[in-house]
Amino acid sequence: MRALLMLENGMTFEGVGFGDEHDVLCEIVFNSAMCGYTELLTDPSYAGQAVVMTYPLIGNYGICYEDAESDKPWLGAFIVHSVSNAASNFRCDIDLDSYLKNYHIAGMQGVDTRALTRCLRESGTMRGMICYGDNINTLEMSRRIKAFALRSYVPTVSAWDSKTYGDGPRKVALMDYGVKHNIIRSLTQRGCTVKCFPYDTSFDEVKAWNPDGIMLSNGPGDPKECGPQIAEIKRMYESDIPIFAICLGHQLMALANGGDTYKLKYGHRGINHPVKDLASNRVYITSQNHGYVVDADTIDPKIADISFVSMNDGSVEGLTYKTGRAFSVQFHPEACGGPLDTRFLFDRFIDVMGGARL
Amino acid sequence: MSKREDIKKVVIIGSGPIIIGQAAEFDYAGTQACRALREEGVEVVLINSNPATIMTDGQIADKVYIEPLTVDTIKKVILAEKPDSILPTLGGQNALNLAVELEESGFLKEQGVEMIGTNADTIRMAEDRELFKEAMERIHQPCAESAIAESVEESLETAKKIGYPVVVRPAYTLGGSGGGIAYNPEQLEAIASLGLHRSRVNQVLIERCIAGWKEIEYEVMRDRNGNCITVCNMENFDPVGVHTGDSIVVAPCQTLADKETQMLRSAALAIISELKVEGGCNVQFALNPDSFEYCVIEVNPRVSRSSALASKATGYPIAKVASKIALGYTLDEIPNAITQKTFACFEPTLDYCVVKIPKWPFDKFVHAKRSLGTQMKATGEVMGIGTSFEAALMKAIRCLELAQNMHDLFDSELDGLSDFDMAERLHAVDDRRLFAVAEAIRRGFALEKIHTVTKIDMWFLNKLAALVQVEKRLAREPLTKDLLFRAKDFEFPDDTIAKITGKPVEEIRRLEDEWGIHPVYKMVDTCAAEFDAATPYYYSCYGTENESIPSKDRKKIMVIGSGPIRIGQGIEFDFCSVHSVWALRDLGFETIIVNNNPETVSTDFDVADKLYFEPLTPEDVQHIVDLEKPDGAVVQFGGQTAIKLAGAIEKMGVPLLGTSFDSIDEAEDRERFDAILNECGIPRAAGRMVFTCEEALASANELGYPVLVRPSYVLGGQGMNIAYNDDDIRDQIGIINMVAHEKDHPILIDKYLQGTEVEVDAVCDGVDTVIPGIMQHVERAGVHSGDSISVYPAIGVSDEMQEVIVDYTRKLAKALRVRGLLNIQFIVKDNEVYVIEANPRSSRTVPYISKITGIPIVPLAVQTFFGKTLPELGYEYGLQKARGLIAIKMPVFSFEKLYGADVNLGPEMKSTGEVLGIAKTYSEALIKAFYGAGIHLITDGRAIITVKDQDKEEVAPIAKGLSDLGWTIYCTAGTAEYLRKRGIPTVRLSKVGEAKPDILDKILSGEIDLVINTPTKDHQHRRDGFLIRRNTVEAGIPCLTSLDTAKAFLTCVRNVEDTDLSVIDITKILEY
Repeated sequence: MRALLMLENGMTFEGVGFGDEHDVLCEIVFNSAMCGYTELLTDPSYAGQAVVMTYPLIGNYGICYEDAESDKPWLGAFIVHSVSNAASNFRCDIDLDSYLKNYHIAGMQGVDTRALTRCLRESGTMRGMICYGDNINTLEMSRRIKAFALRSYVPTVSAWDSKTYGDGPRKVALMDYGVKHNIIRSLTQRGCTVKCFPYDTSFDEVKAWNPDGIMLSNGPGDPKECGPQIAEIKRMYESDIPIFAICLGHQLMALANGGDTYKLKYGHRGINHPVKDLASNRVYITSQNHGYVVDADTIDPKIADISFVSMNDGSVEGLTYKTGRAFSVQFHPEACGGPLDTRFLFDRFIDVMGGARL
Repeated sequence: MSKREDIKKVVIIGSGPIIIGQAAEFDYAGTQACRALREEGVEVVLINSNPATIMTDGQIADKVYIEPLTVDTIKKVILAEKPDSILPTLGGQNALNLAVELEESGFLKEQGVEMIGTNADTIRMAEDRELFKEAMERIHQPCAESAIAESVEESLETAKKIGYPVVVRPAYTLGGSGGGIAYNPEQLEAIASLGLHRSRVNQVLIERCIAGWKEIEYEVMRDRNGNCITVCNMENFDPVGVHTGDSIVVAPCQTLADKETQMLRSAALAIISELKVEGGCNVQFALNPDSFEYCVIEVNPRVSRSSALASKATGYPIAKVASKIALGYTLDEIPNAITQKTFACFEPTLDYCVVKIPKWPFDKFVHAKRSLGTQMKATGEVMGIGTSFEAALMKAIRCLELAQNMHDLFDSELDGLSDFDMAERLHAVDDRRLFAVAEAIRRGFALEKIHTVTKIDMWFLNKLAALVQVEKRLAREPLTKDLLFRAKDFEFPDDTIAKITGKPVEEIRRLEDEWGIHPVYKMVDTCAAEFDAATPYYYSCYGTENESIPSKDRKKIMVIGSGPIRIGQGIEFDFCSVHSVWALRDLGFETIIVNNNPETVSTDFDVADKLYFEPLTPEDVQHIVDLEKPDGAVVQFGGQTAIKLAGAIEKMGVPLLGTSFDSIDEAEDRERFDAILNECGIPRAAGRMVFTCEEALASANELGYPVLVRPSYVLGGQGMNIAYNDDDIRDQIGIINMVAHEKDHPILIDKYLQGTEVEVDAVCDGVDTVIPGIMQHVERAGVHSGDSISVYPAIGVSDEMQEVIVDYTRKLAKALRVRGLLNIQFIVKDNEVYVIEANPRSSRTVPYISKITGIPIVPLAVQTFFGKTLPELGYEYGLQKARGLIAIKMPVFSFEKLYGADVNLGPEMKSTGEVLGIAKTYSEALIKAFYGAGIHLITDGRAIITVKDQDKEEVAPIAKGLSDLGWTIYCTAGTAEYLRKRGIPTVRLSKVGEAKPDILDKILSGEIDLVINTPTKDHQHRRDGFLIRRNTVEAGIPCLTSLDTAKAFLTCVRNVEDTDLSVIDITKILEY
């Protein structure tokens, strides 16, 4: 079916529908990764967003269920140049189109995705709407986009009940703001028992489990929407439990310690983002997915040091807290999709917790 | 900044002549590197034997030595120049081997010269099979199970352990030279013995055969701080088993999920870190298509053909960054030249798909085996960029300039095959497999069946199926807007759509205009539009937004490039194209270059003001013209590829700068050219233009044999041969019709004159002519000029004859109304000068004549386009006085790579590259040229001489000369008897197939240093001669098929011991 994307600045892009063709309102963002769309689709951080893939050929290897980073795809819509007519990979379980249909995710292809990306780059991330059919009312679309308010998706993507993974000797309490499975796997592989707590679990409840460390997960949206969670994180921070935080977790911990965050013009979404480790002067290529970032000027040097910066725009990519027990990164050391260059940060977390316990 | 201030003067070793496996990519890399070093204030000393390169220009390096690439020469240059460093990773395998040899001899240390970038330990670890295997074991990277063998017996034993089939890879060779897959002990014996011979260290690797796996390549960079990034990954359309240089390659990888991608990326980074490469590195993997199992095939710790492709595919300048790393910079300090906002320590991301297709020389070597394996056979390559695999592939096919204007997936040669034969045909792994697969899909073969036979990934087969489906829809359905858009979006050219739909091309164009189906241009920016880039590097696609905004305020000129490197059209035309761009830029014009060869300097993003990476067909050029509306176009520098477009461009209303299309046609059209010659009173060999075999036979008999037979409108003498009788004529017309671009093309039959061949390059300003130099060929007429040893100045041609040549040149230039360059070939015979042909365009010899005379021929030509006269530019009309140097151009061949190709020289060009010898005397220059071509000059070697009866008298003094010097001469009965009677001692060998050991056994014994063989005409001898020549080249022994070359060889051998070879910096040419 014909599909039309309208952005809040009024620009429209023609295309053809795939997946589950239903009208959707979303925040429109682009991702520059050339592979790893299964991981991306199932990354809870994309909840409520329509993702534009800059690489034009998507669906080449279909969907391998074992590559999913959560139980289902979370994003609002998937916008691509073209969906492959064939899915070829020895592990392929299902083709992309059927997968999106099964999970009721809207898709749009045949779009000049480079033109759309350039538009998002110049005007910044925007709200937008995709409609399907031959009789699309663009005035109505425009009205609905203006009325559309972004909301927090953390409560939606976080697990409802706590759940335990692995049976290693180290106990890690994981605060699930929309966790990617590979964070859990990265810990269990290093000898941890990981208990995932719903996002709104109180510190007291977490502490009662007696963890060796706390992991603050990634998650969608504006960190400032998570006021109650920030207060709980403050209490975690003030305890003597080691903390490692990724992405949204990193932003929340900064906010808990007096820092501020702001929204980037068009975010960092891709698997080719260079960050510099200021301690070693080494550069690593990282997987990133964030629209908000910690404001470097608001970091109190008495509380934390900036540990990683983006080579592209100099923004904060990591913090090391002076307590020696807490550190956080904006990028995704768990990768999936993307480079595995910074996996060592999980080892570092194990060390902070006192090393591997046999 | 961590730039090392102690590096002030660097020696760069080039890659030498173009051969199969080593084409223009190293000129591109070397040129980029020289510029990168010089912008840092580092003085660059360049050594390369190849005069056609851009890197060997005074503009590119500070000191330029066009000298043979031998350890001795490099030592001399180092002693003369006293550099502090040597950068060995830019000149391919050749340069790497030389640098290691210099290092191992202790010379570099003695002279205080440091190997910068990647050092000798790293090179050894990557190149030595055993060290490499150990390194991979240390970091747990799997290699295919393998073992080194130093004898055939050892090879057989190893294979028994590993199990057949096995791959044989000789250590330290180019392009997999001498390798292959053996399925049984007999095959292994043959392949291993050849491989052992080829290997510099007499080693072969016997390896588990992983044919059929996916072949994946990574281009990686690392700096001295240990920062590593991957520039690009690439996937081969052809699974493991076909050399990557002969594979269709797509970037980025298409069929790998993130898990496989990251697994291989991590492996590539682990490898480059373990090897401690500082610079660029290529890592090749084989990946089991049914599991995560993989193995490392090969690592090249240097820039390569693949790195050139990766640079052009992504926009990331690998050679430039590698050079900066060699100076001590780290990746996070080097700016990304494309975005100018980010740094070199990031990974490019593509928002398009790139397809590379190799260009093979089988149109030249019609008898060569077309099968593809571990031995590379392609001479060059093309690249197509599109927003789908289908589009990129269709563009790349058009770039190939195949016979009969093949611009799509239809191969008419397959039409006649039955379905049964078609099924068989799928098993053939050769240059036409792509078309065979498409035809099988067209006939409805199941894709699974095709996959089972070819092991080509189902994804690729489905993409070909999508293209075939569009073909079928065009044939069956009404041509709607949607359907036409689908076809154009997949880059079906208008003529193909017209052919399938049965509508005239004009109708297709009209519909495109009516429905607004026109391409737009997108930028190659390394970052998928994430950052605003300023690179003027564009490709077309059928999107909605055009990013290439034509400038309005400046006059702009479009330069047509020369497409893929092939025999007859090599790197020299890229030299001319690039120089014309620079000259136009100096004159204040905006320059636009259109080309599609990823290996070249011309397609570097900062050569012209705008680069369109597009096929060179009238339709593709028309689209650019529609957008840019250039004020002029230049076709005379891009070889035949550009000349072929002259008429079309003029029709588009774009003025051709320089010589008009009418004049080009006048020079190429037999009858029109004859009229001009008559008018000027210039003689030429009698000849006729014919269209059929019958006419050809009649004309040949009327002219009298021998005659030259050739199709008109060709470069490199394609399809040209000497016919001695009616049978030859029939043979050759058959071949011409097989390779001719258009079936109804005229064929020229000329009386063959056996005289001295002479060539001039001239610049004409519309008034008169400047002749930078006259070159004389060592081989008599009949050997293609590109395959002849060429001597400048023409010391063997009398002043009187030279005057006649100059007079004819000036007359012809005037009569043809040439503006710009003119190349004319003459024959001097019995004090008479005849014209062979005149080409109003740049020639193969322009770069070398420019360099040796110091006359900037291309810039002069460009300035004449705009009304400047040559005296205004500082040059007197007429022949320019030669300086005190002699320059000898020697052709270089790649016969050993092309099984089945005949080695003997004739009117059809066969060489792939050239070297230059420059010296104050003829014999020294000649010695240097031989050395440059890799021919050893020993004074007491062993030669086999077998020549046809007519040549026996002439060969006697050569044999005597060699024998007097201490050579042992081996002959078969006839020649031996003849020489013995004249008092020349010979050792008799039995003929092919007679008592063992016969002549072929002797050749393969490794005891022979030279073979002189002239081809005979009768069938049996022709076959024997062929076998002798093939075995000679395959054994790596020089094979001389012209007695003139043999005489030159003798001259050198006589003088070599008394000659102390000098080294000459050609940037000081004006001082000689």
